Amino acid sequence: MRLGANTWIGGGLFAVALAVAVTAPWIALTDPVMDANLLNAELPPSREFPFGTDAQGRDIYSRVVYGAQISLTVGVVSQIANSIIGVTLGLTAGYWGGWWDDFVNGLTNVMLAIPSLIFALAIMAILGPGLVSLLIALGLTNWSYSCRIARAQALSLKSQGYVQAARILGYGPFRIMFTQLLPNMLGPIIVIATLGMGGTILAEAALSFLGLGIRPPFPSWGSMLSDARETIAVAPWVSIFPGLAIFLTVLGLNLLGDGLRDIFDPQATTRRA
Amino acid sequence: MLLVLVRRVGNMVPTLAAVIALIFVLFSVIPGSFMSGLGDDGRTMDPAVMERMRKEMGLDQPLLERFVKYAGATLVGDLGTSFRTREPVTKLIAGRLWPSLKLTMAAMLVAMAIGIPLGFVAALRPGSLVDTVSMVGAVSGLSLPKFWLGLLLMYFFALQLKWLPSFGYGDGGLTHLILPAIALGVSPLALLARTTRAAVLDVLNADFVRTARSKGMSERRVVTWHVMRNALVLVVTTVGLQFGSLMGQAVVVEKLFSWPGLGSLLVDSVFQRDIPAVQGCILVFVLFFLVINTLVDLAYVAIDPRIRYG
Amino acid sequence: MTGPLLKVENLRIALQGDGVTFNAVENVSFEIGRGEAFGLVGESGCGKSITALSVMGLLRRPLSLGGGRIVLDGEEIQNASAAEMRRLRGKRVAMIFQEPMTALNPLSPVGRQIAEMFVLHQGANWRDAMDRAEEALRQVRVPSPERRIRDYPHQLSGGMRQRVMIAIALACGPDLLIADEPTTALDVTVQAEIIDLMAELCAAKGTAILMISHDLGLVANMCRRVAVMYAGRIIESQVADAIFAAPSHPYTRGLIDSLPRLGERAKRGRQRLTEISGVVPSIQAYPAGCRFNPRCHAVTEICRTTAPEATSLPADGVVRCHHHG
Repeated sequence: MRLGANTWIGGGLFAVALAVAVTAPWIALTDPVMDANLLNAELPPSREFPFGTDAQGRDIYSRVVYGAQISLTVGVVSQIANSIIGVTLGLTAGYWGGWWDDFVNGLTNVMLAIPSLIFALAIMAILGPGLVSLLIALGLTNWSYSCRIARAQALSLKSQGYVQAARILGYGPFRIMFTQLLPNMLGPIIVIATLGMGGTILAEAALSFLGLGIRPPFPSWGSMLSDARETIAVAPWVSIFPGLAIFLTVLGLNLLGDGLRDIFDPQATTRRA
Repeated sequence: MLLVLVRRVGNMVPTLAAVIALIFVLFSVIPGSFMSGLGDDGRTMDPAVMERMRKEMGLDQPLLERFVKYAGATLVGDLGTSFRTREPVTKLIAGRLWPSLKLTMAAMLVAMAIGIPLGFVAALRPGSLVDTVSMVGAVSGLSLPKFWLGLLLMYFFALQLKWLPSFGYGDGGLTHLILPAIALGVSPLALLARTTRAAVLDVLNADFVRTARSKGMSERRVVTWHVMRNALVLVVTTVGLQFGSLMGQAVVVEKLFSWPGLGSLLVDSVFQRDIPAVQGCILVFVLFFLVINTLVDLAYVAIDPRIRYG
Repeated sequence: MTGPLLKVENLRIALQGDGVTFNAVENVSFEIGRGEAFGLVGESGCGKSITALSVMGLLRRPLSLGGGRIVLDGEEIQNASAAEMRRLRGKRVAMIFQEPMTALNPLSPVGRQIAEMFVLHQGANWRDAMDRAEEALRQVRVPSPERRIRDYPHQLSGGMRQRVMIAIALACGPDLLIADEPTTALDVTVQAEIIDLMAELCAAKGTAILMISHDLGLVANMCRRVAVMYAGRIIESQVADAIFAAPSHPYTRGLIDSLPRLGERAKRGRQRLTEISGVVPSIQAYPAGCRFNPRCHAVTEICRTTAPEATSLPADGVVRCHHHG
């Protein structure tokens, strides 16, 4: 099984981002929140401050590094929640059919009709800003894709021989769904989860940028960019580095997702011919 | 044909109804949801004031009654009164609708004008430099945060080069539209490039293209007459769906460029706890999306004879 | 002009893999005379379809012409430019394919697809061309042609679509019609009609036919001469009657034996279908020596090491076997 360039480059980028997030306390130079010295405000990149400083005199490099922790945590956890919700709903809907299927379908249609950013905004409006609300809001927005795929897979797989066999052997429905059907649909689900993670990271950034996610002074990549808006004319580096971090991480996830899709679904023609 | 039209429009209705119900539940039912929010900036409200506001907003009435009132009002276009400005929400929204539409359409135009031809060229020369560069560019475009791109564009074109204004609507002219349209348009551009490329590749390998070649048709004619038409059928769907969701995605770009559209209204309303305005905005976004989807469905019927005479 | 209409000599078709090149087809030679019906028979994967595509110049990556000569009416065309090939296609050599549903443009009415031929090759205007398209549909025995010209492919049955394909192919009176498994996707009852139609029209217009099929019975009925392909090589070529009466190659014999037949044993309900044991080798794994050797009951040591040369048989026949006869 040859892993294409996509998988390696994408996986590599994402791995770097994860590594930065995990090792943040050791590779950062300063405390991202407390070490603010107004005398150092808006300094360009130098040996002391590799990425320069922001309007409060904080080291951008350290904030980007710690920001990785926050942004990646939100991205990964929300996407996992999305996948769990989506797969559970889709799997059960496809397997059982009937009114439950109708209900899940209706719910999915409603979710798909509301633009995801708007929905997340609405939930944040109700819950107020902060990390937990962000996790809840983002965890509830993107499950429709996993749901659709899981449902389609369940529908096509449930007539397979081994499922009939399991039923005859007396396996209960949940056991069948989670031990027989789920392992066989992991491929596309993983692809969607990977690509979806890029989406949740972008969504967190957007919400924090708007001021509805992680609030300053905590360093999420998105909230750093909302600070940057005021200083862009005199200190462009404040905008460049956090955005670059988001870009490279999401790019990594997108490439990885594309690469995984080539492995799990070779008929997809978005590949090169 | 008329039957198809009626059926497609009819499909919209249950979803729209469910969305209205969902919005109602989210904002009006969740106990104390926005009441506690009102005290968000550290102040707690005077209980008497809170009680008065409750009565004013009709929150002391039973749930079902409130819902019926709300749904009924919505259906006749009464989206309530803004808490902030005391104007009808409908009026607020109407004033912001055109700028949002303008921005969304401009972004979509940019995306189609560059994305579709790019996808075509890439598919006609698979594996070439053009193809690789385009596709790498496309995946990058999909990974860019829109507001970061907006900031960078602002920095280079507005602040450094001073070619374009850095924010605002201006007199409604083209110069103010360019930067936000580009910032918003890059990601649908990328998606369209990829989708077009996939569709064209699919069609290029189809049997009827081989037949066309075997008839002695020139490659150019094969591509323009046979390949393009069949591929565009697939691309139209993407264009439609993208357009539908684009207005929702414009929220951040609008805020960044201080563009007076529906998205920035939504964000401001959220910050000001102007619940009717928030509800109204969400409803309009959803309605827009559903209408566009239905139009795409209908366009599909018109283009593809297999569905028309199916 | 005297001489055969189509002469293929030592044709080799290369398949580009990951850094390696395989010969999908090699040493293929045959001739088709003017107005003659010639059959090319073999199982799926033996290379008969791509041989036909190479005559039309329609080979695409990863396949390409590796060597040999293709001579159409005295002119060598294997190295012809794309423009030259285009001039031949449709006008002098036409082709119909196996899957009529996917072979027609789903977005264009069938009349238009036929009329296109007249516009392309004979400079007709669209109105005249549509009239002639209607006439062409009548010739291929499609009922109510004046209404059918406006139909879309999905509105027609499989048999009708194949008639449309035949109409398209014969529209400009080509010298050679290549038919690649034209009836395989059709119902049995319709198959005979289509074959009869093709035979009749081509005889009337003097068009030669290269009939490609896996069905030896069908081909032997329709064609004067038959060539049998196996794993990219022609292993036997004879006049149709002779190939049935006295097959020289064990593979041909196997093919004939595996045809279900009405006969004494069948009537007694005791016919067992004989099969050729084993499977057709893939291009990447062609056996050394005679490619049929793993499945041959008459195999000896020389078969495993040396590819058999072509031996002449009476009446311009050819066989490639160490133990023919």
